[in-house]
Amino acid sequence: MSAILIVEQVLNGLQFGVMLFLMAAGLTLIFGVMGLINLAHGSLYMVGAFVAATVAAATGSFLLALVAAMGAAAMAGALIEMTVIRRLYHTDHLDQVLATFALILVFSEGTRWIFGSFPLYLARPEALAGSLTLPFGIEYPRYRLALIGAGLAVALGLWLLIAKTRIGIRIRAGENDREMIAALGVDIRTLYTFVFALGAALAGLAGALVGAIQSVQVGMGEPVLILAFVVIVIGGIGSIKGAFVGALVVGLTDTLGGIFLPELFKLFMEPASATQVGASLASMAIYLLMAAVLIWRPTGLYGARA
Amino acid sequence: MTLKGILLSASLIALAGAAAAETRIGMITTLSGGGASLGIDVRDGFLLALEQSGRDDIEVIIADDEQAPDVAVQLADRMIQSDDVDIMTGIIWSNLAMAVVPSVTAQGLFYLSPNAGPSQLAGRGCHPNYFNVAWQNDNLHEAAGAYANSAGYTNSFILAPNYPAGQDALAGYKRFYEGGLAGEIYTQLGQTDYAAEIAQIRASGADSVFFFLPGGMGISFLRQYADSGLDIPVIGPAFSFDQNILQAVGAAALGVVNTSQWSPDLDNEANTAFVAAFREAYGRIPSLYASQGFDTANLILSALAVAHPSEDPDAFRAALQAADFASTRGDFAFGPNHHPIQDIYVREVVQEGDIFTNRVIGVALEDRGDAYAAECSM
Repeated sequence: MSAILIVEQVLNGLQFGVMLFLMAAGLTLIFGVMGLINLAHGSLYMVGAFVAATVAAATGSFLLALVAAMGAAAMAGALIEMTVIRRLYHTDHLDQVLATFALILVFSEGTRWIFGSFPLYLARPEALAGSLTLPFGIEYPRYRLALIGAGLAVALGLWLLIAKTRIGIRIRAGENDREMIAALGVDIRTLYTFVFALGAALAGLAGALVGAIQSVQVGMGEPVLILAFVVIVIGGIGSIKGAFVGALVVGLTDTLGGIFLPELFKLFMEPASATQVGASLASMAIYLLMAAVLIWRPTGLYGARA
Repeated sequence: MTLKGILLSASLIALAGAAAAETRIGMITTLSGGGASLGIDVRDGFLLALEQSGRDDIEVIIADDEQAPDVAVQLADRMIQSDDVDIMTGIIWSNLAMAVVPSVTAQGLFYLSPNAGPSQLAGRGCHPNYFNVAWQNDNLHEAAGAYANSAGYTNSFILAPNYPAGQDALAGYKRFYEGGLAGEIYTQLGQTDYAAEIAQIRASGADSVFFFLPGGMGISFLRQYADSGLDIPVIGPAFSFDQNILQAVGAAALGVVNTSQWSPDLDNEANTAFVAAFREAYGRIPSLYASQGFDTANLILSALAVAHPSEDPDAFRAALQAADFASTRGDFAFGPNHHPIQDIYVREVVQEGDIFTNRVIGVALEDRGDAYAAECSM
């Protein structure tokens, strides 16, 4: 196992982590501010990817595709917030889970109805094709480097929005005491719609960015959604900082675990069975991590103390 | 015409339809969810063959199994008990086939598989009424192993998802491949990011990569592999290079070698006519799944010309076994366990205009049966 391989895997873990962050940020905001479990967040990711693939195919511009993906996901988010989600704030979590699960089915079959059952092609920009040679002879795909950069930029922007702007103050206030800020004259309904659309736009952006190196197909959002839930539980529900740290930890654990656990087992097992045991354990690694974090800190790394 | 009159004539038409349909075929296949494109192609190929036959005494009852074994079992029960079908077909996935096929054949019905070919049904679990018209699951992987030998590869890196068909795939490759292994990894089923695996391939010093990653997994892998700067040749079974997947992979698949029992450019009369008719009817190039559906229907038609499956099952079975139909694959025969004996080809991905498709470049295995026929006694 060479140092180059390790560095490359750390970069892979980082890239996976920042993309998870885009998903988890919206999920944690929505959960934190409105107390809502939104299973349909993965569908908004899918909407972003499909819209990006369509716009990119029609115009040939990847940048335009990204903007369209964010816009479409935000609009879809605002629409379901106003028609469905709004009725669920005062119900318990079981109703929310059922209703948003129904939304997954509606989005999936609706997407199949519009786009068909065959996977779509989303081209990444030609300028980011191929790979770049980094110092020490590490070869790494340009597009993945760009993903890391884009993810970090969004994280910074989101932090500035939440920490430095008036709307950020309202969001944080809404998290702490929604009756109080309603009493202070803030239009809480509009605030909720805005937060939901913001979360949806981030999911749509993630879907479009990742869609360019994966397959754009119906049901692509659900596996990511599960990981995003793990991220917000580890990071602490409602905390953007927690989502960021949690996403990086999950991304790195998942990537590095998949490489090093089989190698570790090869030290004292046959290679064939070590590969199988290592692979099985690696797929459990993030859940073991989650369990460990919850034992150590029941509210997550940056969660509000209960 | 009064409302009563309309209803009366409608029910008469329905009765007439029921009376004319002397053979009922139940098709359970995947028409929704991530695996829908396979089921849709099998269905479309199957219906095209029936339409070309011009027979109006065959009724096909089609249902969507949602890629869920429990749904498939319920549908099979309903089709057998209330729809009174004579023949069943259509299942794409091996785990669904294992849930449905044994009970269908145990009840005396015929089952013809247009896709799934699990080893259990080819070996000890074989049945006189079960025919596989596609391949045994290991076949295309075995052919990839044989091709690797002829291409002079001696250090392959192999990977597949960690589930039964994935383990069969790597076992099938190793059955024929004679070189050493630079690495062997099982990935997660449904995994979409292969950066970690690609880094391992880079570090392994392999001279070739064999992968079995069906559906969206293969699209992701190929696109990421093309961007990684690696130029180690890749081999895979046709499942990651079918007509529908190739368009989503794009230029990243160009030149990749894959193994298949069928290809759109296979030069025989039945295939040329099939590809032209399919394109005309559905506006797209058929995939191997469509060819399998088409062959399955034509096999059924050839046997129906001899006998009816419920009235004279023995004659119908013998007619199926004879495989007296014009297969899109050229030569086609059944082995003793009712699985195909056929050539498996090596194909290369090429671009024709805007469309990515496959072209045959050689034969990997000639008249290949399967590894389990000896275990079958019937």
